[in-house]
Amino acid sequence: MNEIEFLSWVRGQGFQIAVIIFIAGVIIRFAEILLLGRKANIAEAKGSEMSGGMRTIVSRSFPDKNTFQRSTFTVVAGYIFHIGLFVTIFLFAPHILMFKDVIGFGWPSLPTPIVDAMAVVTIIALLAVLTHRMRDTVLKFITTKEDYLVWMLTILPLITGYMAFHRIGMTAPTLLAIHILSVELLLVVFPFTKLMHAFTFALSRWYNGAISGYRGVQS
Amino acid sequence: MTNNKDKTLGETLRSQGISRRSFLKYCAATASMMALSPAMIPKIAHALESARRPSVIWLSFQECTGCTESLTRAHTATIESLIFDAISLDYHHTLQAASGHAAEEAREAAMKENFGKYLLVVDGSIPMDNPGYSTIAGISNYDMLMESAKGAAAIIAVGTCATYGGIPHANPNPTGAVSVGDLIKDKPIINVPGCPPIPVVITGVLTHFLTFGTIPELDHIGRPKVFYGQSIHDRCYRRPFYDKGLFAETFDDEGAKKGWCLYKLGCKGPTTYNACATTKWNDGTSWPIEAGHPCLGCSEPDFWDGGGFYKSLSMPTENIAQTAVYAAAGAVAAGVALGAMNKSKKNSAAKAHNKTTIDDLEK
Repeated sequence: MNEIEFLSWVRGQGFQIAVIIFIAGVIIRFAEILLLGRKANIAEAKGSEMSGGMRTIVSRSFPDKNTFQRSTFTVVAGYIFHIGLFVTIFLFAPHILMFKDVIGFGWPSLPTPIVDAMAVVTIIALLAVLTHRMRDTVLKFITTKEDYLVWMLTILPLITGYMAFHRIGMTAPTLLAIHILSVELLLVVFPFTKLMHAFTFALSRWYNGAISGYRGVQS
Repeated sequence: MTNNKDKTLGETLRSQGISRRSFLKYCAATASMMALSPAMIPKIAHALESARRPSVIWLSFQECTGCTESLTRAHTATIESLIFDAISLDYHHTLQAASGHAAEEAREAAMKENFGKYLLVVDGSIPMDNPGYSTIAGISNYDMLMESAKGAAAIIAVGTCATYGGIPHANPNPTGAVSVGDLIKDKPIINVPGCPPIPVVITGVLTHFLTFGTIPELDHIGRPKVFYGQSIHDRCYRRPFYDKGLFAETFDDEGAKKGWCLYKLGCKGPTTYNACATTKWNDGTSWPIEAGHPCLGCSEPDFWDGGGFYKSLSMPTENIAQTAVYAAAGAVAAGVALGAMNKSKKNSAAKAHNKTTIDDLEK
């Protein structure tokens, strides 16, 4: 397989396989969660489940003062790499072209140098959280192999994308193909690891908020 | 009058009225194009002047003659084309006057006379499915290539068909087309891909061979690094627009008029290695991107199968939306089935659950 064939495969069949596993995996996991159901709560409702749930989906995005003071680094670095991922994935012009081709519509992009800088910042933030994870005794104790795998699969597309954009080290078709392949790997493992939080965060936050809302307490 | 074949290249050029000044200009341009030191210019001049016209056998297989057109239909008679004239082109279907048996005899005579020394130039791919798809004087392309390659000093594969299979090799490859490099492993092969290749690139390769008697440094897919060392994207004059994120969205919008980057219109410049951006075409007049059209990537293997000329590189080549819909439909069914199974498991677990009563505790 030459480099152009490799590129054609990751843009064609490889991408198809990754999308099938990603979409099917996410839907099946959602179906399993939602169809499991909950026992009816026979206690008298003292507030609204819906408003408590919805409010918590939003409010949990902002750390309370205590949490912020206790884990300033985790919160700040976490914010940086999540925003960085959003910018690099969704606001880079070539990526938007890909989304437009798949879902039929696009949106405006950010100037390329801004996305480029964000990619570097995101890579640094991810390296920092890994260092923190490995140096903190408690964090290290509760870290599983899956955590390392997920970290690796998240930073790989950033590094390969940066290399492909700046054309470092290998020929351009190979770099682009490796970048696309790294994203496909991420898509394949996504539904079966904690990466699913990108979708399920809303469900779990809503549920936490709804319990409090039903009881009429602050969530 | 001396036999044409015994003349040196210098003599031939002088007899065609090329002044020493323009000859040295050509040598200087060639040296700079091939990234050689200026000290090499006299060496090139000397080597070219004293070179005996090398015998060249040109074989055309499954091709469109575009490569030959590219080399011969120069606007005006350039010094490059005269250098090209000054090789002893002993066999070329399109250009030679002889035909039939006489033509084949010329090829055989040239091969015999210059065994081990002649240059073999090939354009077009070789059909391996059925030899009858392409024959010359009743000889299959495969047989002719193998026979002619035996005594060649080196082989120059010209055009994407000869180098990587090209358009005949495109999916579904009805003739089982293969490249020269797929068949010949024991001879030095210089790949000069392009659809067609730039004329000056082939004369540059010839000049290198005449000057140094060796083949130029090649990249990992057999292309001379001096011409194919940098990508179109890296040398593109529209690159600053790509870096800023300014793209033409259609062929006639404001961006297109302002000469912005053609990435979104499917430009394959980022993954294509060729010299178009620097040497340009038609005597340096222009080149595809300057004319407002995205690069097709014609000097890369399988450029015809890259998912469409107007599909940008970041787009998937398959219909992903349809794939996603099918995957989702299948997954919903599977999810419901799994959900039902989980529910029944939960129900049977609930049924099997024994309640602990006060009596149990008193036991």
